[in-house]
Amino acid sequence: MVREEPHPAMDPVREILEMHERDLGELLQVLIEVQHALHCVPDEAVALISDHLRVTRGHIRGVIGFYSFLSDTYLGEYVVYISDNITDRMLGSDGLAIYLCNRLGVTLGKTRADGRASVHFTSCTGMCDQGPAALVNGLPLTRLTRVRMDEIAKLINARTPVDQWPAEYFRVEDNFRRSDVMFRRTPEPGAALKAAMRRGGDETLKDIQYEEAVDPSSGHAWRRGADETLKELYRSDLRGRGGAGFKAAIKWETCRDISAPERYVVCNADEGEPGTFKDRVLLTSYTDMVFEGMTLCGYVVGSSRGILYIRQEYWYLRPHLEAVLARRRDSALLGRNILGTGFAFDIDIHWGAGAYICGMESALIESLEGRRGKPRKRWPLPVVAGLNNRPTVVNNVETFAAAAMIALKGGAWFAGHGTTHSSGTKLFCVSGDCDRPGIYEYPFGVSVREVLRDCGGLEAQAVQISGPSGTTITRLEFDRILAFEDLSTVGTFMVFGPTRDMFDVVRNFTHFFRHESCGLCTPCRVGTSLLASLVDKVAAGKGSPMDVEQVQKISQIMKTTAHCGLGQTAPNHLLDSLVKFRGDWDKRMVTTEFVPAFDLDAALGEARALTGRDDALAHL
Amino acid sequence: MARKRKIATCSLAGCFGCHMSLLDTDERLLELLELADFDRSPINDIKEIRGMVDIGLIEGGVCNVENVHLLHHFRDHCRVLVSMGECAITGGIPSMRNHHTLKACLEESYIRGVGVENAHIPDDPELPLLLNKVYPLHEVVQVDYHVPGCPPSADTLWHVLSALVTGRDPRLPTTLLRYD
Amino acid sequence: MSPDIRKTFHLDGVEIPFREGQTVFDAAMAAGIYIPHLCHNPDFEPHSSCRLCTVIVNGRPFASCTQPAVAGQDVKSDTPELNDMRRSLTEMLLVEGNHYCPACEKSGNCRLQATAYALGVQYNHYPQFFPHRDVDASHPEIILDRDRCILCGLCVRISRRVDRKNVFAMTGRGITTTIVIDSPSGLLVDSRVSRDDEAVQHCPVGALMMKGEAFKVPIGERRYDTSPISEDSVAKFQAREVRLHG
Repeated sequence: MVREEPHPAMDPVREILEMHERDLGELLQVLIEVQHALHCVPDEAVALISDHLRVTRGHIRGVIGFYSFLSDTYLGEYVVYISDNITDRMLGSDGLAIYLCNRLGVTLGKTRADGRASVHFTSCTGMCDQGPAALVNGLPLTRLTRVRMDEIAKLINARTPVDQWPAEYFRVEDNFRRSDVMFRRTPEPGAALKAAMRRGGDETLKDIQYEEAVDPSSGHAWRRGADETLKELYRSDLRGRGGAGFKAAIKWETCRDISAPERYVVCNADEGEPGTFKDRVLLTSYTDMVFEGMTLCGYVVGSSRGILYIRQEYWYLRPHLEAVLARRRDSALLGRNILGTGFAFDIDIHWGAGAYICGMESALIESLEGRRGKPRKRWPLPVVAGLNNRPTVVNNVETFAAAAMIALKGGAWFAGHGTTHSSGTKLFCVSGDCDRPGIYEYPFGVSVREVLRDCGGLEAQAVQISGPSGTTITRLEFDRILAFEDLSTVGTFMVFGPTRDMFDVVRNFTHFFRHESCGLCTPCRVGTSLLASLVDKVAAGKGSPMDVEQVQKISQIMKTTAHCGLGQTAPNHLLDSLVKFRGDWDKRMVTTEFVPAFDLDAALGEARALTGRDDALAHL
Repeated sequence: MARKRKIATCSLAGCFGCHMSLLDTDERLLELLELADFDRSPINDIKEIRGMVDIGLIEGGVCNVENVHLLHHFRDHCRVLVSMGECAITGGIPSMRNHHTLKACLEESYIRGVGVENAHIPDDPELPLLLNKVYPLHEVVQVDYHVPGCPPSADTLWHVLSALVTGRDPRLPTTLLRYD
Repeated sequence: MSPDIRKTFHLDGVEIPFREGQTVFDAAMAAGIYIPHLCHNPDFEPHSSCRLCTVIVNGRPFASCTQPAVAGQDVKSDTPELNDMRRSLTEMLLVEGNHYCPACEKSGNCRLQATAYALGVQYNHYPQFFPHRDVDASHPEIILDRDRCILCGLCVRISRRVDRKNVFAMTGRGITTTIVIDSPSGLLVDSRVSRDDEAVQHCPVGALMMKGEAFKVPIGERRYDTSPISEDSVAKFQAREVRLHG
């Protein structure tokens, strides 16, 4: 093959490649860095990456095409992504997006001719309590207003580098409004790990030979500590905080008991469910607890490698996270000789690139391996054969933080909070129409009404529990409780005031799922598109009860046949809405008769423009 | 004896192949005429449906204003409306133009085409304006039955028509279900 | 000799024997019971993406092509509800692409078309998407018509695992998912594909086809014109069983 001439514009790509191993698992990280450096991944870069990582160009193009924040075309010097969650919209984000486009002279989604800027919508950026939000060159902008957009447009037109923009624009608040037993005081870094190891006896932390200690048959105190900690985890009855509620102890034990040369601990910080932002706050202010929980998991299951998979919307946390990891290495809480026991465990950070599906564990693992984030076949489970086909524990950020507290305070302490089936406390991400949006910690079993009272949202007509894939509840249901046995939730709590049109909510969620469907299976790939078109048709005042029937039928097909949770839960909000907010649908129906799938007169627009005709016969 | 049924047929954006296939039912047409009369149809050159008919058979997809009007006329005047053939059901071959913009199609024909003189896109009000795409019938009106095939074979059409005029279930057995 | 204690499960009330490690799909087909499927070709690893083979196992839906058979389980497949969903899934595949059967050389040999026949699809209940997709006719012997692609991923999987060439990959996401070619230009002609590749032999639809072979067999005399896909699939599967397991 003819060697191509070195391309000076590709120097940053070469530099990036030098920093990465020749491993497929590095692909997504390389692409993200190239995207940040060049604001696109051009063909020349694809060729270089292909050579370096020994991955086909086809594969690389496939990965670029999958993730929202990667692009094969140049997005401009300034790339603005406007967060498109319903809570952002309720704060006027769609108007602000158009406003910014006008100020910059760009068309939404198209790069300005001079290559200066582009503006796009993106799925929820996790700043719902301080929106409307956006990202500019990867950094979060919060509390946007028209005035702020004017200033931003000026800065972009003046080519002021983003790092010279006022820091105030990028201020992200924790808004931690209520803490309960879990997040009241942050424990000393290392305290949970020491407590866990001491469960095996005081000698655990003294002068051990790791090789001997890790052997389960050695009966070594160090090993005993791990086993006792697992027992505490069982006692705590901790269930996964990512939404599915699988018991953490079972997962950890399964991972531990499978014979394998290597196993992994993965922390899922993809947090893509619109309206969710607790992981952001935990990774900002309870970072040690999360890393400690991961390390603890490594100790219990016998893993030396942890990975934090975090969504790119939180790229701004990178220096902070790296600093905490470095400090923990310096304090012997990570690295080759943790607490002087010889136990080796370290944590890498892997970034996502804009794909909701990667919050699902098998898709996340595919993404870690440098592939398109599509969910795997149902079997085997990741805990049996996950990353690199090795046993892998994937837990939510909050689950690891809870595990750390359990190690410190014991399983009984934890199980003493919450309900019988849902032990412990839970973080709720409150946003929307309320006085005090932010993070609230409650023991499981708290009622919706109590949360609404505390956040100043009692006027609400509805609350969306656990995001678009969750449950819509009305005033009549405000006494229901937040717990696995009733309203199971990842923590999302979006409040809709009395004057909101609940159909707008449905429309936003439906478009979200169309955008985020991975495309693997037929019902989700095609179904989400069909549903979005039908909802748009109703929104345009062209809907009929026949369309509603179609919505119900397609929803049922998706729930039954979709490959993964995304497709199975994507229609939940539609079905809820059709039962609970039927009025907001019905008021848009003009007829009970058949209405064409498309607007007949609009379908003549192209021909009218081409012929210059506007006579009566040129209309329908 | 039961009342004689009335049948109307028309072709929109089609090639009349389905109508040819209807004629291919040969002597069975005579049998059909025992049970039904043809109202508006290219077969007898009647231009408009008078009153209501029982069965409307439509060939071809919807590509222009005239098609829309005729389709509405049929829907309003037929108790049962049948999409006949691939074009009526999916848009068919004419809908291959949907890959291109209308502008590209018209410019290819009337501006840049080989041998074009006095190049301009026809704009006479007499000409039916084209829709941006060619659409299947059931995206424009409610359609009761669909008879696929390009064209549906004479046997297929006979199966459906004889069923409809005698009140049997017109659904096609797998042996008669063909899209080509 | 092993004692004759064959494990069985129930499929629509019929007792189906299975070997350890067999899927519900494999056991059913071996027993002569057709379960509609498109993305799966029993000669290759299952993928469970088309979802046509969904069955209800002990009350819960699973893709039968990846679901392990378990003794005593109760499986429902040939029910009006499931067949209705399979019909809808097939219609979804038909509207999301551009399937012009009358103008397609694959007609009569096409598994999508034949499956639609088997399920009684007389029209698509959903609006046609009429997507804009590229045709790649650059290669002298092979044509890739993305209009007809149903994203079953067979070419991707076979090119990777069997041909070991990785000629095909998927790009895009959701409804914009499409096949991409591994070559500098992104065209087939610059790729390592060859007419002998397994990957180009097993396209269930007319997306990947050989050039110069049109109308060798007349319309009306092709595989699924003469034998319904249910019979054809089962017969092939059983012949394969005999070949591999005696």
